[in-house]
Amino acid sequence: MTKPKLRKETILLNMGPQHPSTHGVIDFFLEVDGEEVVGAEVKMGYLHRAVERLAEFRTYPQIFPLVDRLDYLSAHHSEFAYALAVEKLLQVDVPERADHIRVILVELKRIASHLLFYGAFAMDAGSVTPFLYAWREREKVMDLLEDVCGIRLHPNYFRFGGVREDLPPGFLEQTINFVDKLPFFLDEYEAMLGENEIFQVRTIGIGKVSPKRAINLGLTGPYLRGTGLKWDLRRDEPYSVYPKFDFEIPTGKQGDCFDSYKVRIEEMRQSGRIIKQAIEKIPDGPIRTSLPKKVIKPPKGEAYARVESPRGELGVYVVSDGSARPYRLKVRAPSFTNVQAFPELAKNHLIADAVMIIGALDPVIGEVDR
Amino acid sequence: MLDWIALKFLAGVGILVFLLLNLLVVTYLEMKIAADFQVRLGPMRVGWHGTLQPLADFLKLFLKEDVVPGKADRILFWLAPLIFFLPAFLLFLVVPLSENLVPQDLDIGLFYIFALATVMPVGIIVAGWSSNSKYSLIGGLRGAAQQISYEVPMLLSILGVVMLSGSLSLVDIVKAQDGLLLGFLPSWFVFLQPFGFLLYLIAVLAETNRVPFDIPEAESELVAGYFTEYSGIKFGIFFLAEYTMTFFLSLFGALVFLGGWQGPFLPPIVWLLIKTYVLIYFVIWVRWSLPRIRIDQILALGWKILLPAAFINIFLTAIFMEIG
Repeated sequence: MTKPKLRKETILLNMGPQHPSTHGVIDFFLEVDGEEVVGAEVKMGYLHRAVERLAEFRTYPQIFPLVDRLDYLSAHHSEFAYALAVEKLLQVDVPERADHIRVILVELKRIASHLLFYGAFAMDAGSVTPFLYAWREREKVMDLLEDVCGIRLHPNYFRFGGVREDLPPGFLEQTINFVDKLPFFLDEYEAMLGENEIFQVRTIGIGKVSPKRAINLGLTGPYLRGTGLKWDLRRDEPYSVYPKFDFEIPTGKQGDCFDSYKVRIEEMRQSGRIIKQAIEKIPDGPIRTSLPKKVIKPPKGEAYARVESPRGELGVYVVSDGSARPYRLKVRAPSFTNVQAFPELAKNHLIADAVMIIGALDPVIGEVDR
Repeated sequence: MLDWIALKFLAGVGILVFLLLNLLVVTYLEMKIAADFQVRLGPMRVGWHGTLQPLADFLKLFLKEDVVPGKADRILFWLAPLIFFLPAFLLFLVVPLSENLVPQDLDIGLFYIFALATVMPVGIIVAGWSSNSKYSLIGGLRGAAQQISYEVPMLLSILGVVMLSGSLSLVDIVKAQDGLLLGFLPSWFVFLQPFGFLLYLIAVLAETNRVPFDIPEAESELVAGYFTEYSGIKFGIFFLAEYTMTFFLSLFGALVFLGGWQGPFLPPIVWLLIKTYVLIYFVIWVRWSLPRIRIDQILALGWKILLPAAFINIFLTAIFMEIG
């Protein structure tokens, strides 16, 4: 009698495009052997809106609302990068006050974005309560930003050579008030999640990557800093008024999910420090350099500017042919490159770990697909 | 004979009404306590402070369209919720609410309970298999693996109590907890078997598929696990069965470890319900505070830590009995 042959098959699992943990419409296509992920692939394009192409048919100021819709969780950063790129082309200077306002808003938005990460990451780990706590603080940041920009998510607030409007009265006091309380909230959050043993067991050693491999994969942002590499554009390629401020670049040791989580928590503290210094140093003066012409027509040429967004290195490349519309706009989106690392990070982990890795990469699908 | 049947029938209806009423309370409490932990109000609109919310929810589930996936195994798909719910319901047959209020006092009450509880994973597997969905399948397998690995430590954690009380009947177990310990402590088994009680609590969390052991239905991984494809009333039945299990295991814990209906002044059934709801509060509290453990870690905890711990507990109990 022959033995019946045991047949083993892997299952192909479409995690997405509609799935509670994919953070948007993206498909993480997993090949699983029981619970273990043996292969993975990222299928994207469900949210493609052709922003770069659309930009070629808009005048320069009209593109601000467009770039807002890339990374909708930190729209200020996209605007910042775009404004810096076009300002390079136009060769205009930004008044000191406007630069300080920009930094304050951008850092506030970084806090809001990282708070959302904290909540979503907790949800991925199966804990719902931290999410609502983070939401409470994020709401305060959003209120502050709404006071300035008039809107919560898509501000359309930056202008070439400055910002749209001056800060409303009382804003700086409220912001100081919030920033002063922030460390206490963060301690509370750490006690809720980061110091929880179950959470540590779930994240430490998951999605490990060496600094060298992280660079080769194109990882940027907190995940890269989690590997122990001190790379932050705010310090290494300073733009705006960042050189004036004293802050630290938090790094991790192992380059796993837990380290990238820790880095983000620490970054919120540092953002608070930056905001505090910016508010102390903010000068009076104009908020915008008036541009010579009504219609903005940058001279022929190209410019590239990059900023450190909450997700990593966000670059905007603008090519001008001398007309009122850009010839080409290219966005180097951090989420897009970070997501590419997923198949390698998730391999040989369990399904539950894959979910944590997605959470730690923190992709925003609006930016992945553009 | 007819009287006897009528009496049993009445008892059955009585259990059902009692159970459903308590389930409404448990779901309401779950919503409100969760809201309390999460700095929000919870349901406030339906009835006074949202008290009618669970009723409205169940009504909604009843009225919803019942979708059966095209390639599902229809008969099994239909049977799975029943296989899951019926044992949970039948468990209450041997539960005494006070000394005289017992639907059926079986001499092998504990055996009956654990025998029925082992049927429930079958429901999970059937649901996961018949849905013909990958998420359901993985969820079903997870659920079965988890429930089997936690049934054993749970049973063993109770064994210490059985040794001390010398009976498998729930009524006798509660009666054995009469009196005082060292002159001031009530002689509940939680004080005599603290270790067993701890093991039992952990096993309860796993048996009821709740955080931190909710991997069979892990929302962020498997959408809803084995009942991903279920909708309408069938989903409602799964939902009910899980809350039934939560309620039952809390009630059971109150009977076995917390002295059941014993207590001064208040009527026995009130005491029993108070103790039950204390345990339910604990379960809800844990659910809204902790993250989820991974499947391999759960199984490792069950087989490598809880099981040996339960054996040690039994061993120590035996020594304790021999000396004392």
